[in-house]
Order: sequence, then structure tokens, then C-alpha cells
Amino acid sequence: MTKNDFAVVGQPLPKVDAWAKVVGETRYADDFFLPRMAYAKLLRSSHAHARIRAIDTARARAVPGVYAVVTGADLPPVKFGILPVSQDEEALCTDKVRMVGDPIAAVAAVDEETAEQACRLIDVTYEAQPALMSIFDSLAHPEVRIHEYGDGPNVHKNVALQFGDVDGALAGADLVREDVFFFEGNTHLPMEQHAAVAQWASDGKLTLWSSTQTPHYVHRVLAKALDTPAAHIRVIATPVGGGFGGKTDPFSHEIVACQLSKLTGRPVKIALTREEVFYTHRGRHPVLMWIKTGFTRRGDITGCHLRTWLDGGAYGSYGVASTFYTGVINPVTYKIPVYKFEGARIFTNKPPCGPKRGHGTPQPRFALECQLDKAAEQLGLDPADLRRRIVAEPFTKTANHLTVTTIGLGECIDKVVEASDWRAKRSRYGVTAAAQGGSREEGSEPPSPKRPGIGIACSAYMTGAGTAIYWNDMPHSGVIVRADRSGGVAILCGATDIGQGSDSVLAYLTAEVLGLEPVDVQVFPADTSLTPVDLGSYSSRVTLMCGMATIQAAGRLRDAIFKAVARKLEVDPAALVARERKIGVSADWDKAVSFARAVELGEAMHGVLAFPGSYAPPKRAGKYKGGGVGPSPCYSYSACVVELTVDEETGVVDLRDVWVAHDVGRALNPLLAEGQVEGSIYMGIGEALMEEQVFRKGLHKQPSMLEYKSPTTLETPEIHTILVETDDPEGPFGAKEVGQGPLLPVIPAIANAIHHALGIRIDEVPITPDKILKALELKRRGKPARVGPERLPLFTFKKPVVVESAFGQPADTIGVRPFQS
Amino acid sequence: MKVRIALTVNDELHEALVPVHKTLLEVLREDLGLIGTKHGCELGECGTCTVLVDGKPVLSCLALPLEAEGRRITTIEGLAEGARLHPLQQAFAELGAAQCGYCTPGILLTAAALLSERPGPTRQEVKEALAGNLCRCTGYTKILDAVELAALRMERIRT
Amino acid sequence: MIRLPSFTYLAPRTLAEAARSMAEHGREAMLVAGGTDLYPNMKRRQFEPKVVVGLRGIRELRGVRSENGGWTIGSGTTLSEVSSHAAITRDFPALATAAGLVSSPQLRNMGTIGGNVCVDTRCNYYNQSYEWRKAIGFCMKRDGDICLVAPGSSRCWAVSSSDTAPVLWALGARLRLVGAASERTVPIAALYRDDGIEYLAKQQDEIVADILLPPADGWRSAYLKLRRRGSFDFPVLGVAVAARMDGQLVREARIVLGAVASLPRPAERAAAELVGRRITRELVARVADLAAGPSKPLDNTDFTHPYRKRMTRVFVARALAAIGEFGDGGPPSEEVA
Ligand SMILES: Cc1cc2nc3c(=O)[nH]c(=O)nc-3n(C[C@H](O)[C@H](O)[C@H](O)COP(=O)(O)OP(=O)(O)OC[C@H]3O[C@@H](n4cnc5c(N)ncnc54)[C@H](O)[C@@H]3O)c2cc1C
Ligand code: SF4
Ligand code: FES
Ligand code: FES
Repeated sequence: MTKNDFAVVGQPLPKVDAWAKVVGETRYADDFFLPRMAYAKLLRSSHAHARIRAIDTARARAVPGVYAVVTGADLPPVKFGILPVSQDEEALCTDKVRMVGDPIAAVAAVDEETAEQACRLIDVTYEAQPALMSIFDSLAHPEVRIHEYGDGPNVHKNVALQFGDVDGALAGADLVREDVFFFEGNTHLPMEQHAAVAQWASDGKLTLWSSTQTPHYVHRVLAKALDTPAAHIRVIATPVGGGFGGKTDPFSHEIVACQLSKLTGRPVKIALTREEVFYTHRGRHPVLMWIKTGFTRRGDITGCHLRTWLDGGAYGSYGVASTFYTGVINPVTYKIPVYKFEGARIFTNKPPCGPKRGHGTPQPRFALECQLDKAAEQLGLDPADLRRRIVAEPFTKTANHLTVTTIGLGECIDKVVEASDWRAKRSRYGVTAAAQGGSREEGSEPPSPKRPGIGIACSAYMTGAGTAIYWNDMPHSGVIVRADRSGGVAILCGATDIGQGSDSVLAYLTAEVLGLEPVDVQVFPADTSLTPVDLGSYSSRVTLMCGMATIQAAGRLRDAIFKAVARKLEVDPAALVARERKIGVSADWDKAVSFARAVELGEAMHGVLAFPGSYAPPKRAGKYKGGGVGPSPCYSYSACVVELTVDEETGVVDLRDVWVAHDVGRALNPLLAEGQVEGSIYMGIGEALMEEQVFRKGLHKQPSMLEYKSPTTLETPEIHTILVETDDPEGPFGAKEVGQGPLLPVIPAIANAIHHALGIRIDEVPITPDKILKALELKRRGKPARVGPERLPLFTFKKPVVVESAFGQPADTIGVRPFQS
Repeated sequence: MKVRIALTVNDELHEALVPVHKTLLEVLREDLGLIGTKHGCELGECGTCTVLVDGKPVLSCLALPLEAEGRRITTIEGLAEGARLHPLQQAFAELGAAQCGYCTPGILLTAAALLSERPGPTRQEVKEALAGNLCRCTGYTKILDAVELAALRMERIRT
Repeated sequence: MIRLPSFTYLAPRTLAEAARSMAEHGREAMLVAGGTDLYPNMKRRQFEPKVVVGLRGIRELRGVRSENGGWTIGSGTTLSEVSSHAAITRDFPALATAAGLVSSPQLRNMGTIGGNVCVDTRCNYYNQSYEWRKAIGFCMKRDGDICLVAPGSSRCWAVSSSDTAPVLWALGARLRLVGAASERTVPIAALYRDDGIEYLAKQQDEIVADILLPPADGWRSAYLKLRRRGSFDFPVLGVAVAARMDGQLVREARIVLGAVASLPRPAERAAAELVGRRITRELVARVADLAAGPSKPLDNTDFTHPYRKRMTRVFVARALAAIGEFGDGGPPSEEVA
């Protein structure tokens, strides 16, 4: 289809919830105030690692205004976790705490102050155990066990996959590079702190309003953790004030609020403080990486071998998936004929890591893209040209058996190269230019210490995980579309709007199919009792999966209405079109009936007009163990150019401009797509230059908005977004993801631009001024001008699963999916 | 210790009996039901809780209602004139400047104060005025664009 | 939500009344002006005063006025007012810069200059919630008895973190302190003590009423601030330089460093080196080296302390270059690292 075939799609429309947001009417979880509501607080561990010997709540219970106090002993003795293979969390720890911030007990009281006061009066007797605060610590002390399960002492997961003869390919290369990188952990920092309100009514039914990205998973976990039939539980995801993956796990506070509501017979609210949000975490894993890649003289990759060590923190969370994601997505971008990946996730006594925007992939992306830059330099190639040359082939398979459909990366590279004036700046700026006197003025004035540089990087990302978190054959997304005699349409869908605009996308697609305006469509999202299941707002899956389900449901509604209108107008239903809130035959538009009238005709013919739509991704998992992580209906692509200056005296980086061209398949709403790109770039900038989740003496060093450095307007450069459309056959009207992918190339592009400016390599993020000065100092002393990790852990990976490389094979048939007809 | 306070919020007089140590943020949300004012840290570190006091942006999480008596408090609920949206609200909605929307009330009020003090600001001036409001969703780009658009429209109305 | 502990709030109308209240309630009472330092600290339970004496209602503390050829700034003047005041931007540009670089625009609308010179010292083992401090095992500045930064130390090394204090010191400002029984005017240097806990050398009941700036004739000044972001962040190094020029020659000079010790730290030898000379590149380099000497940051703020130490030299050189008017890359006020 071309742009002109659409009425709503492709228009820069306001979001359907924009009006409520600008007048302050949107009700987030903490905005719920119910009659008789109690306020609860969690008591959290002050030890990084300890056995709990005793918990005495007597003093807390005695505080006037306290309604109830609970400990783990008051809850069903079950463990939970987002992944079936990592059921390792307790809502309230019973025998052991594994990090500072682990919840131990909770108090519900008349107000928050009383609850907090009472929490301070709960006496916990701990028996301290050694705290393991790094990958190295945890591997060096197998005698101290954080968990009893896993792939070895303190090893949560150990994976190894090999596709083809990697050693052979490396042996035949003209250039083989071996590099080591480190990516420090960081967190989502949504502006809204998590909150939940539970109401366990006297009829035994439970409702939870929560700031969650995954009401369906919360629903399942509540049933398990509270030992209550899921049929009696209703979870409503309130509009989320920023998620980025941080509200994707079911959490202790959600379970505890429910239990306290049951005990007190009152609605109970728990709103986390900012510090608690840092403990809740599930953010970016710190990852240590070793990457070895072979290149031909012309820049082609002959093969690649990647090893990653993830610092997982205290619990499993999505960690098994995260581990795979550090290895499986890189081959989607470039031609990598053979590939080997070994990864391990290590438990430490820190808040658990999990999925943050780009889940597991920004770290290896940083490694690969910086390494490509180094290789280009050694081979005397322009880094943009090198990348352009090795872009993967559309509609083929990767070495690790992922099916790739459309690829707009070549166009993305061309566009950012052009928009940024890459070629001119690349030769004008930078150390080589400076050495030739290119950018330094001659004369008495000393040169400005601010050195300009420009760098590039690319990436790819999934549009939704091809497999569900728990094994099942049901839809990943479902919607119900219901037409109203008034001419309005309601759409019910489990999707959760976290600011990305999913409610709007559902309205746009419905309006497009039915020839309505988005304002005619009412969206009812994320209510487990009313809406068909959608797995949640993660892995960039919502637009594609809910979108496809919506198109199907709306299409079914349209077909039913067309049948009725066709009878009335005495025409063939196939001749009808729906547009401008009317249905009729284009050639005879005067006779077209209004949509409201058409609904009446439809209802008269069929009865109630309500139609389901279902979506499940094509089943394309590689036929090897571990092949379930990585497949996606289609992949988005991005190319990024960063222009900056670095002050050689202070090491301070000043970003000037960032260009990202992103292959979004089709921009269903260019404004929203741009917004996602801009937000991703912003988050990438923070990770590249200042954000870090670091620990000292067993504690989070800086659990505050002030000391966890999130860029302000003043650190954010001018952002230039270019949307590239490839019309992917897998996506709704051709759309692919846009919410996460554009973050990935930003970080290495910044690192590469800094290298261009000063000739130094910082192989570690965040790239802070002191690291830059250290590298310059090394350079001055004639040493390798690199700052980065110096050592790797002693660790034996599993024997790899060896499979033939599927590189270059044509893609499987497109379009065969469950529930398609 | 509870005290009786009288606050002028959005041109309406509100009286409440509240503990002295409850912040303006808490009283607005919990006692006056004005939940449009959000919070991200309660320590002065994010700007989310911004309201206007006598037209100037301040942090409601660090202000006591007692100290705001007799002054004009404006929250997001009072930015529109009746049913007529402030040009900033209109522009934010049109340009997608509110993603999750959680920072939006604070940013709109800060921007409104800027535009009433300094019509037609440069982009750098807008950045500086909004440097005390964190947003994690938008990269600020559409926010700056929307403030510029609103400024332009307000200029047009004036001339 | 993190909330304030309870207290009684007094709202005196005059300075004398405020000082009397302070004297009456003794150590149970604390002053509050803008509250932007005190209230976050109280929320973290770093302070739990039973009585809070609000200075906001005291008219005589507000405003900037010309006096004896110099300028007097009422301690209750907000940082926004200080940074945009025409005479201050003209005569004491470093002060306008420093006030304008404090935290965020909202905070500057609330925070006062009096509160800024009295702002609590900071340490990243201390500016943490009660629960956090309890988990790490409290330090002597509050609730404990050891120093977590320098474990063998018998004193606290929390960092003086005011932006305006080093500038006011460099400009030769004096303070009028009003107590319940007496009143005195002292050089601002006399307000500070080299101790992270008892960082102010004033009586409990004494209120900073006015800040008196001497006439600005011939003085030039500059302030540079090191921090991670262009907004929100406290200084982790501040460099204030003021010099009285006679044509090309420096007649008098002061260099004062912020955020490298528990009080603003003057670099006297370095400043003396400037006197009687023309500011040349060579002189700047020599003075910057000397000035970096007294900078002894510890590992208790953002950035690494060797980096902060190293930046002292660079920032002093840049501030001097700005005063000598051969600054690289724009006016000093824009130099926010
Ligand atoms: C997020 C954040 C960032 C900040 N960033 C900076 C920064 O970059 N630079 C900086 O310098 N400060 C910063 N501050 C600290 C503070 O906001 C400022 O120093 C502000 O100027 C304090 O003024 P205030 O009137 O609000 O002080 P208050 O909080 O009212 O008082 C501060 C202290 O001074 C005492 N006091 C107040 N007035 C008087 C008086 N007249 N006489 C005697 N004692 C008095 C109080 O008892 C209290 O101990 C920041 C604060 C926050 C929360
Ligand atoms: S310097 Fe030492 S005693 Fe002072 S606040 Fe920091 S840790 Fe505590
Ligand atoms: S809530 Fe963050 S500044 Fe007030
Ligand atoms: S729109 Fe989400 S924080 Fe700004």
C-alpha cells in the first residue's frame, strides 16, 4: 500500500489520551484515593546478604493507627518470578535476604507516616553472610551461595551456541580483532514511582490497580502467590507514568497490598519511594564482553565469537532471556556467516537486573559497533562505508536461524550520512585532521580545548518476542471490537499504555479499517476481567501484535456491516468502501449510508456486533535448544551519527547534534514514531555519558534523582529523526518497532565520535570525563590510548550446542501464522 | 499539630485543617483532591511537582501550605481558562509532547510562567527555563517544539 | 512519598522576634528560609527539629539596596532575585553567576541567599534516607560515631557545597548577624569553621540578616562550577576569583575554592602571586598550580576526587583567563562542566 491509500495511518495526529494528560486528568496509580483506604509501607532489608533469624513485629502492632502487619509467614509459602524457570522471589523474604532493599515485612495503617513509623519498630535479627557485589566476587566465592539453583554456584545461567565453523572463519580472515568491553548497569528511572492499590472486597473478589506494563503476568502471579483462583482476581493497569521495562515484572508490593487488603477489609495503597524504585530495579545488566571478529581486507565479516558475563543481581527476573539477548540479536544487522556465542549470568547481592529498553542488546551492540570502528580504522575504510557494505540481506536467515524480513538499514545509513554532512565533517574534524593542521588555527591564540568529532553506529531490534514467557499455544494479543448503534466503536484490549501511545494506535487502526475518525473509537485497555489478554508492553510487541489483532477484529466487524449495507444498497459487498464515517460504493457515494446507520443494519442482520481479533507470531524458532529467544516477526533498523566536542582539559563531552534514521516499516503516526526515537536517543545519551547504578559497601551508592544522573534539557542535544519506511509484510499496514531500537546505536556512536575527536578509546560506559582524561594521559605517554576493562573472569562456559549456520538461506514463507483466518 | 489553612488555588479559596508538616504537594493531592500535581522524588530533585506561586514556578514538595497562605497558587487544573485550553496545552497535545504525561503538569506550568514573563523566548531560553524539569520519555524535543509553537501562537494573538 | 517529620512552626514578623524564638527554644529549634536545604534534610531525618522558625514573613530580610557605595543584600532575597538584579550583574558578575547556577530555576525561586551561605555541608554517606544510613551503619554527622569516608578520622569531612559562599568571600563580603541579645558584623570568612558537623561559627540564635558587599570599583570577578549536569547538581568544585585592577595591573586579588573542604577554602599564596602583576598566560599557569594546592577533595561527592583535584587547576586558570579577558570559549558563566 502507499501512503495515499490511508486516511488515518501516517497522519501526525494527537494521541487519544493527550487531552487528559495536558489538563492533569489522567489518573495514575497513586492518584487513586478510595474511601477508607489504608496506606502501607514495606520494611526492607538493611543487609546485602543475610539469614533472617527472627522477626518481631510486636512493637509495630502496638502503634496506634496500625491496622495490620504482615511477614512472609502470613503469605502462602510459594515463590514466584516472571519466568517459569526462575521462580525465586518471595513477596516477603522468610529465611534469607539477598540484597539491601529486599522486602521483609509490611504495615498497613491509617496513613503513610504511621505505617513508616511502625516499620521502623519491627525488629529483625539477621545473621550476616558475605555480600557478593560483583561478577568476580561471586565466581571467586562458590562456597557462598546466593541461590541454591542455577547452572553452578552463583551462576544463574550458562549458555553456549555455535553456528558453523567459527575458528576456521577467523583463521582465514585478513584481520582478526579481539576486544574487551564493559557496560555498567543503569536503571529506567521512570518519573512515576511504582504504586498499587488493592481492594479485596467482601465477596472475596480482588481488584488491583497497578502501575504495571504487564497486567496479565501480574494476574497470574497474584493467583499463585495469594493462592486464590485467578477467576476472582481482576488486575487493572493504570496509565503508566513511564516504564521502559521497569514495570514489567510482578512485584512484592503488588502482592503485599492485596494481602493487606484481605486482612484489613480496606482498600490498601502502596506507593514506593524513589529509593525503593532503585531497589525494585530490573534495569540494565552490567555486562563484561569479549568479542573476536574476523574481517577481510574490504571489511566483510568472516565470523564472530562473542562472550558475555552478566551481573544479574539477586534474582532471576527475565535474566535467562537477557542472557540470550546479549548474544542473539547482533547477527540480524550485518552479514555474519558463522557465529559463536557464550554467555553467563551471575548472581550478586544487588537489586535484580532485567529488561530495560533494548533488553540485553545495547551492551553487545556497544561492543560490536566500537569494534567495527576499530577495524575500519585498521583497514583504512570509512566506518560508514564499511557498515553500508556489510548490511544483511533482506528475506534471509541469519547464522543463528533468525528469519529477517525487510531491512532498511542501507537507506538509514545513507540518510544519516547525508543529513549530518558526514563526509565533510569526518575529514575536517578529528585527530588526524588536527595533526595536519586541519582544524587548528595558526597564530598566537592557543587552540580551543574543545575538540570536535563525529561518529557512527547502527543497530537492529526485534518487533516483539516470537515466543511467550510461559509456554502456550494461545494468542499473544487479543482484542474485541464492538460497534455501537450511535456510530461509535469500542475496542477492548489488554495492552497497556505506558506513554508509547498504544491506546492511540489501537484507535487509529480501528478508525482506518472502519472509515472513522480516531475520536469515534473508545479504547478500553488493560483490564484482565474485561479485555482479552495481551502479554504486555515489553519487547516492542504491542503495535505489531495488538495492531494485527485489531485489524483482524475491525475487519471482521467491517465485513459484517458491509454484508448488511450491501443488501440494503443492493450491491456486492466487495464493492463497498468505508470512509468519512460512511459506507457505500465509491462511484455512487451519494447513496452511502452513515456509519451509525450501517451499524443498525448490521445489528438487525447479525445481532450484537462484537468481534474478536487474535494474533500470535509466526512459529519460526530455530530448531535447537535456546532457539526460542531472538525470533521476532520482523526487525527494525537504525543508523545513528553523533557530532560532539570533547574538552581535552576537562574531559567533558558536549553533544551537538544526533541524527537517527530508523526503519520503522511504516510510521502509523509519524509524530509518535519520532517521539519514540527522540526518547530512545535521550536514554542512550544518559547511559553513554552519566547514568550508572553502582554500589559501595553493599549499598546502592546513589538511590536518588539528584545523584543518579539523568540528562536535563541542557545536556540533551538537538535531535534529528529520519523515518525510513520499508512496508514490512509482517506488520500492521507494514509497521515495525520504534520504541527501543533507536537507543542502541547512540551509545557506540558517541564512543566512536569521541575517538574521532581525540584518538582515544573508552571501551566502557558510562564514558565519564575522568576516563577521557586518563586515556589522554596514556596517549601522551605513548601508551595505548584506551580505558576499559583489563581482565576477564576465569570461567568455563558450557560445551556449545553446535548447529549448522543458516546464514543466507532464504526466509521461510511469510505470513503463515496461527489465528490468521 | 494541625492548623487551619486557607489557600487560594486556581482562584478558589480552599480551607483545610492539616498537620503543619504536610507539604503543599501533599495537601493539594490528599486534602484538596487536586491530583494533577505529580511527584517523582519529594526532595526537590526532579521538578515534577512544580506549581506556580504568584506566577513563579516552585516545588510543591518543598513548600509548606502555611508559607503559601495569601499567595496565588496555580496548579495544572487551573491552567486552562474555563473550558479554553492554554495555548501550551493545545500545542503539547498536538505535537505529542506528553508521552507518559507524568512530567507534563510541571513542565506546562513552568513553561507558562516563562511565556508570561518572556514572550517569544529563544530555544536556549526555553531549555534553561525547563532545566529543572526532568522528563524520561521525550528527549525534550517535542516539548521544546511545543513551547515554541505555543509562543508563536500567543505572539500572533497579541499582535 | 517521603514526608516531613512533625514540628511546630513559628512565623515571626521581625528579626528580633525570630532571634528571641531561637534563643528560647535553643537546640530544639532551626531556622528556615526557603526550606530547599532544610526540608529535604528533614525528610531524610538528618534533622528533626521540634520547632521550625520561618523567616519568610520578615520584611526587613528581603531585597537589595545600595549602602555606603556598596550593596546590601537581605538574607531573605531569593537566588533568582540575586542572579537577575541589575546592579549585581553589573558590579558582581561572579555572584550573579553563582546564584544563577544553584540547582534549578524552581529551586532558585524558593531558595534564599541567606540559606545558601548557611547550607548544610554534604557527603554522599550522609545525604541519604534514614533507612540507607541505618543500613550502612550511621556516621558521626548524624546518629553514629565514625566517619565512613575517612574511617580513622576523629572529625567529619562533609563538603561545603554553597555556590555563593566562595564568591562572597572572594568579593570581601561581610555579614550582619543578629542574635537575641546582640548584633555584629563580621567578614564572611568568620562564619565558617573547618568541621563538617559544626560548620558555622555562629551562635544558635544568630540570624544572618544582611550580606554587605563593598564598593565594586575596579573589581572584576568570575565563578566557575564543576558538576555533572547543567542543572540540579551541587558544585563538586567551585572556583571564585576576584581581582581589583588598576589598568593592566592586579592590585588586590582573592581566590576561593568551594566544595573541596568543609568550608570555602581560600588560596592565599596563589592570590598573592597575582598582586602587582599583569595577568599573562604564564602567570595564570603559575597561579593555577599554586591554587590547586589547598584543594584536598575526598571521595564523598559526585565524580572521582582525583578528578576534582585536577580540575581545580584547570578551573582556576580559566577563571583567571576570564578576568584577564583572554578567556577561551565564552564567558565564564557559561562554563558549566
Ligand atoms: C536538588 C537540590 C539541588 C541543590 N543544588 C544546589 C546548588 O547547586 N548549589 C547550592 O549552593 N545549593 C544547592 N542546593 C541547596 C539549597 O537549595 C540552596 O543552598 C539554597 O540557597 C538554600 O536556601 P534556602 O533559603 O532554601 O535555605 P533553607 O533550607 O531555608 O536553610 C538552609 C540552612 O540555613 C539555615 N538558614 C537559613 N536562613 C538563615 C539565616 N538567615 N540565618 C541563619 N541561618 C539560616 C537553615 O537553618 C538551614 O540550616 C540544592 C538543594 C536541592 C534540594
Ligand atoms: S565526612 Fe564522614 S562523618 Fe562526615 S558526613 Fe561523611 S561519612 Fe559522615
Ligand atoms: S517531587 Fe521531585 S522536585 Fe518535587
Ligand atoms: S512524558 Fe513521560 S516523563 Fe515526560
